[in-house]
Amino acid sequence: MTAPLIWIVFPLLAGFLLLLLPRERLVAYLGTIISALLAALAFWLPSDTVRQLGPFSLRIESTLILFGRQISLAPAQQIVLVLVYGIGAFWFFGTLAVGNARRIVPFGLVVTALLVASLAVRPFLYAALLIELAVMLSIPLLIQQGKAPGRGLIRFLIYQTLAMPFILFAGFLLSGVDVGPADVGLVAQAAILLGLGFAFLLAVFPLYTWVPLLAEEAPPYAVGFILILFPTFSLIFGLNFIDNYSWLRDSAQFSEALRSVGLLMIVTSGVWAAFQRHLGRLFAYGAVAETGISLLAISLPDKQLGLQIFFYLLVPRALALGVWALSIAVFEKQVPDLKLSSLRGMARAFPLATAGLVLANLALIGAPLMASFPIRQVLWENLATLSFPSAIWFGVAGLGLWLGALRTLMALVQSQEDVPWKSNETWDQRALIGIGLLGLLLLGLFPQWAQSLLSNLPAMFEHLGK
Amino acid sequence: MPYFSLWVAAILLAVASIGLLLSRDWRWSLGLLAGQYLAAFWLTLAYWPLTMSAAQLVTNWMAVAVLGMTQLDIKNDPVSETSWPEGALFRAFAAGLVLITVTSAAQPVNAWLPNASLPLVWGGLMLIGMGLLHLGLTVHPLRITLGLLITLAGFEILYASLENSILVTGLLAVITLGLALTGSYLVSLNAPEEAPETAAE
Repeated sequence: MTAPLIWIVFPLLAGFLLLLLPRERLVAYLGTIISALLAALAFWLPSDTVRQLGPFSLRIESTLILFGRQISLAPAQQIVLVLVYGIGAFWFFGTLAVGNARRIVPFGLVVTALLVASLAVRPFLYAALLIELAVMLSIPLLIQQGKAPGRGLIRFLIYQTLAMPFILFAGFLLSGVDVGPADVGLVAQAAILLGLGFAFLLAVFPLYTWVPLLAEEAPPYAVGFILILFPTFSLIFGLNFIDNYSWLRDSAQFSEALRSVGLLMIVTSGVWAAFQRHLGRLFAYGAVAETGISLLAISLPDKQLGLQIFFYLLVPRALALGVWALSIAVFEKQVPDLKLSSLRGMARAFPLATAGLVLANLALIGAPLMASFPIRQVLWENLATLSFPSAIWFGVAGLGLWLGALRTLMALVQSQEDVPWKSNETWDQRALIGIGLLGLLLLGLFPQWAQSLLSNLPAMFEHLGK
Repeated sequence: MPYFSLWVAAILLAVASIGLLLSRDWRWSLGLLAGQYLAAFWLTLAYWPLTMSAAQLVTNWMAVAVLGMTQLDIKNDPVSETSWPEGALFRAFAAGLVLITVTSAAQPVNAWLPNASLPLVWGGLMLIGMGLLHLGLTVHPLRITLGLLITLAGFEILYASLENSILVTGLLAVITLGLALTGSYLVSLNAPEEAPETAAE
């Protein structure tokens, strides 16, 4: 048995089979169990490692040869599998509370498997093709039932599709640069194409217009899933480029460009978030800012530290975006639209969803005692030693996101005095939001718990990880 | 393959892509798209084995068929009956601009791609330019799908001179077919509401 068969082909087949099942709750449970088992197996039995199970000796080969190309999930990548399928299990379990499992779970599994394949394909350049396939299969996930596709969805498809040709061409030019890095003209051409490709793929400023549009028109829980998975895999894909080409790795201008783009993303999303009147759009700007944070982390001169910040932020980010999206989905069923004016006073009827919404938002921004706080603090400190104005802009962006969270809270609690407090959430919703919030708090209080799992992740990069 | 025949294929590509931009009837559009794929097959034949080029052509035609079948199922046919705010003259003018830009850019781009011939680069860039123009002019799902397919076909032509891996060709074919299926899905969702085609902002 090979690792790609287990973590790519099996979930792909499972996803397609789950499409055939008629019962929502069954699909949600099966999707959660499959995803959790795949995460557990990746943790317990990394590829190319022998484990004894009673009289049996188990070993999973890391490489599969397909049409003369290698599909390989190396032992160093196993923790990414644990994280990704763990996030999948958490997300699929959440469909018990928000519904729509027959759409989110099967397509979610298929998209996850394709994104894992993008991590495994050799040469890594072909990941662009697999990410494009995942984009196309995520379209049904993002359709609001009974509604025509909106502009956000169309732009998502266009922008993500345009990324692929740019990246593949850049890859071809980069192979020439690798042979003769002294050719400045070729380096510039490759850098421009690569920059354009990743600008489309990562929804970098000003190409992120589809994100708030999509969050406004598509089911929030599905949007959250897409906004955690796609940027994460695209960033890992980008890190592979940096790892493979020394001129990118060692270039000071490249790091500065990354830092500027990251800051621009954080500042613009912070400023827009402060003025938003729609919960979905606010959520979208929070997710865009997270991509900016990741770019900032990668731009740090200490590459090891940058990678650790990038990977350490994944768990709190997934948890916070999950609770946030879940809470928005709870409100979505109660009001005609997600404008703050429509949500006035809802805190008294949905106190747990309100807590989930505001606390997840604050956790993502890096509020003290919450999960992202210690990691963002390290990033901010390093940024300050590197460039004080950058650190100030980082603070300004955070302020904007804080204002967005406080405006949400203000709208939700504005109510008549005589309205009684009553929790109208279902038991599923209460349990999931509660567990999510507890997780965010525990990770903030004991960040060292995730350390043992995540500390080896930079080792998946041959040069950056050393 | 004679150099002259490559230029014929490239010019056919340009004619088909301009026709796609000017045509408002989906039947004409899909016919032109099928013709464009035939010309693309002709061009890539100089770089790929016949079996691989033929497999790609068949997949591309399947994509056209998928879009055609979806359009047949839609009774009110919004693409044929409505028109863009921009007239045919504007679109022809924009296509002319793309033609001039591509003609001037083909030679320098050819220098980047050592194995490619000028007709291949010119044809590929023409499709990419016209596809992007399509994407910039409309928000209708069918037109967007056509724009993406045209852009992707242009890229495939250029990439054919660089890469002849079966896996990559297979994945690109799956992407073309996937885009057609996605487009059909979006068109079918768009159908119940008689959404007029509007210009992109």
